Amino acid sequence: MDFDIFISILGSAVRLSIPLLFTALAGLFSERAGIFDIGLEGKMLASAFASACVAYATGNAWAGLGAGIGIAIVFSLVHGFASITNRGNQIVSGVALNFVAAGLTIVLGQAWFGQGGRTGQVPASGRFSGITLPGAEMMREVPIIGPFYANVISGNNILTYLAFLMVPISWWVLYRTRFGLRLRAVGENPGAVDTAGISVTWLRYRALIVTGFLAGFAGTYLSIAQSAAFINNMSAGKGYIALAALIFAKWKPVPVMLACLLFGFLDAFANFMQGKALPLIGEVPVQIFQALPYILTCVLLAGFIGIARPPKAGGVPYTKER
Amino acid sequence: MSLDLQRETEPAIELVGIDKKFGAVHANKNINLTVAKGSIHGIIGENGAGKSTLMSILYGFYHADQGEIRISGKPVTIRDSQTAISSGIGMVHQHFMLVENFTVLENVMLGAEGGQLLRKGVASARRELKRLEDDYGLEVDPDAVIEELPVGSQQRVEILKALYRGAEILILDEPTGVLTPAEADHLFKVLRVLRDQGKTIILITHKLREIMAITDTVSVMRRGEMVATRKTAETTVEELAELMVGRRVLLRVEKGEANPGKVLLSVKNLTVKDSRGVTMVDDVSFDVRAGEIVGIAGVAGNGQSELLEAIAGIRKPASGEILIDGKSIAGSDPAALRELGLAHIPEDRHHMGLVLKFEEYENSILGYHRDQRYGRGAMLNLEAVRKDAEEKIAKYDIRPPNPRLRTANFSGGNQQKIVVAREIERDPNVLIIGQPTRGVDIGAIEFIHKRIIEMRDAGKAVLLVSVELDEIRSLSDRILVMFAGKVVGEKSGEAGEQTLGLMMAGIAA
Repeated sequence: MDFDIFISILGSAVRLSIPLLFTALAGLFSERAGIFDIGLEGKMLASAFASACVAYATGNAWAGLGAGIGIAIVFSLVHGFASITNRGNQIVSGVALNFVAAGLTIVLGQAWFGQGGRTGQVPASGRFSGITLPGAEMMREVPIIGPFYANVISGNNILTYLAFLMVPISWWVLYRTRFGLRLRAVGENPGAVDTAGISVTWLRYRALIVTGFLAGFAGTYLSIAQSAAFINNMSAGKGYIALAALIFAKWKPVPVMLACLLFGFLDAFANFMQGKALPLIGEVPVQIFQALPYILTCVLLAGFIGIARPPKAGGVPYTKER
Repeated sequence: MSLDLQRETEPAIELVGIDKKFGAVHANKNINLTVAKGSIHGIIGENGAGKSTLMSILYGFYHADQGEIRISGKPVTIRDSQTAISSGIGMVHQHFMLVENFTVLENVMLGAEGGQLLRKGVASARRELKRLEDDYGLEVDPDAVIEELPVGSQQRVEILKALYRGAEILILDEPTGVLTPAEADHLFKVLRVLRDQGKTIILITHKLREIMAITDTVSVMRRGEMVATRKTAETTVEELAELMVGRRVLLRVEKGEANPGKVLLSVKNLTVKDSRGVTMVDDVSFDVRAGEIVGIAGVAGNGQSELLEAIAGIRKPASGEILIDGKSIAGSDPAALRELGLAHIPEDRHHMGLVLKFEEYENSILGYHRDQRYGRGAMLNLEAVRKDAEEKIAKYDIRPPNPRLRTANFSGGNQQKIVVAREIERDPNVLIIGQPTRGVDIGAIEFIHKRIIEMRDAGKAVLLVSVELDEIRSLSDRILVMFAGKVVGEKSGEAGEQTLGLMMAGIAA
């Protein structure tokens, strides 16, 4: 394979992994706090829609991001109200929110824009566009490192850099702060947190707010960084892939990043293989490559990654024992 | 003497007229209790007597409907665990409140981190742990991960947690239920040191021996009421048992001579490995005859569980043979073994004996549901099943007598009776029993022991595994001691505690 092609696949892998990374980190916070969140998909979709609408209306990308984050936090709080306050089933609540997001974005999109669920084209000022890092052009001529710097590191939008910055920040919050210690504890044994005189409910709500915050970035990235409008069901299962990456990474920030990059790479590879012939086999339907991330997800979830020990109290509403 | 008087005049805690109802259940009725500073005060009572509720009120888990709590003479309102902690109350729960994949240090710090960032708190927590270790002999490696520690050490972490938060009053809820005898002794040593340094300790238990061994004063609860308070030195086990149950209780089982007949259960050169491939039962051979009870003594984890599971057909032996009435059971599953006349009362009723979410009557036929009596083909005859359950409930005095109640809502003793009734009422020829009275109150213990003796007298072969040496000694006709997977010796049922204890520790044969 040509080196330039490889670099271009890598560049596209990074871009495709960003929504996964934000979403998986979002899931990391809620799941480490003991709240399963299958509703990541819905949060991503809703925030993609909200940020596209606001960016379209205001022409301001940051306003779009704010709207995306806001709506994702609202979804998180609804999930919290159902599963923390009312001790409902977390999976049911998450799935329900996914349906709400899928339905509502189409209905509202059609009502406001009349384009079959699409929003209007967001103007350039309302989008996050690529930033050329200093020296990218100069570096281009340097063998190997040059094209890598110019095409993979440089030229991404601000959200991409933020996504990678979120990895060490998440790690630091989880392992170096009081909030992180308590959050990890409440996902393992809420009884220990409760008897230490800390409110389990408030702690879990705060974790969900962080989840919403991060998921908002993911949705915003989809609609006003990667593209220039909201399109029907544009999250296309990425929320579930992110969940798989989270499990694959055993609920740890740095492995989460690596897992998301792997999924991003598979996705980019599938795009590249469109219409290409494989040696010995000939042309293969592109669907086979497109299916790769999903097949990998199944294989991983079936337990080929060793024992993935989820947070022990995950999925169980907390009630004080009688 | 003057020191004693001093202690008596200064109460650490006073409870005045505490009253608590849960719906129709009157859990605590007008409780008055005074605990002297620097003493170990025992609270005993059967399961469901209201001990745990009372302590939960003291720790801020529940609010009393009425009554007052005074700490060092001052009335306090305990709104939540946070206020309990700041009032100087620490609690060691029966089921440890530890985060298992955290280190000791992280567990101790949780809730008392000393700031938004952990770094500063870690250093001071480390120093404080060292100090507590030096002062009270509570040694634990601060960097060890909880799940890799033995239970005894985990409990020490719970105590450290309370002391780290400045507890002056330490409540321990059934602290020895999960401990080996040696670990329990160590705990008692620690408690004495704590008392001698001025801490006040409240010990909740239903084990009379512990009360006699460690407490200064003891209060007895029965059905939500505080029925008596005694100085431990001035009371007896018999009196306390009677106060607890409300009637005279036989603490020692009465049984006649055994009349052993032919061999019904025979184990030959049995070797069993656990799931990691470690040999847990190592070349064990013994027989159990009709009309005798053979007890297997040993500290938990010396292969008894695996031995029971192999005989019950749950775990496949690595080598060796098990014969029931002369027939090899190789390749038989538990259902086939029931057909052969084997009944199994498993060690852990929650894990193996019952489905807690099922209603009582469903559990009363678990494993026997294919029986013609309970229906034909794929259908269950619920009418017949419930009638059968009601008969067992009446015969075994299972309370409350409601076959439609969820099993989780029965007390431990009554849950155990459900299992015992199910297995014994099938009239098996060979009965294997693990920990028949773990977490069961005295009244039910007496009942279950009588049933086991009756089985023996009816000419059945009984194999009994228990970590309670008293239980083994009072029931067994012969005692085998297991240590590190081997049977290290056989004694008659009259063998002394000391002799057996040494064998259990692997010191004597």
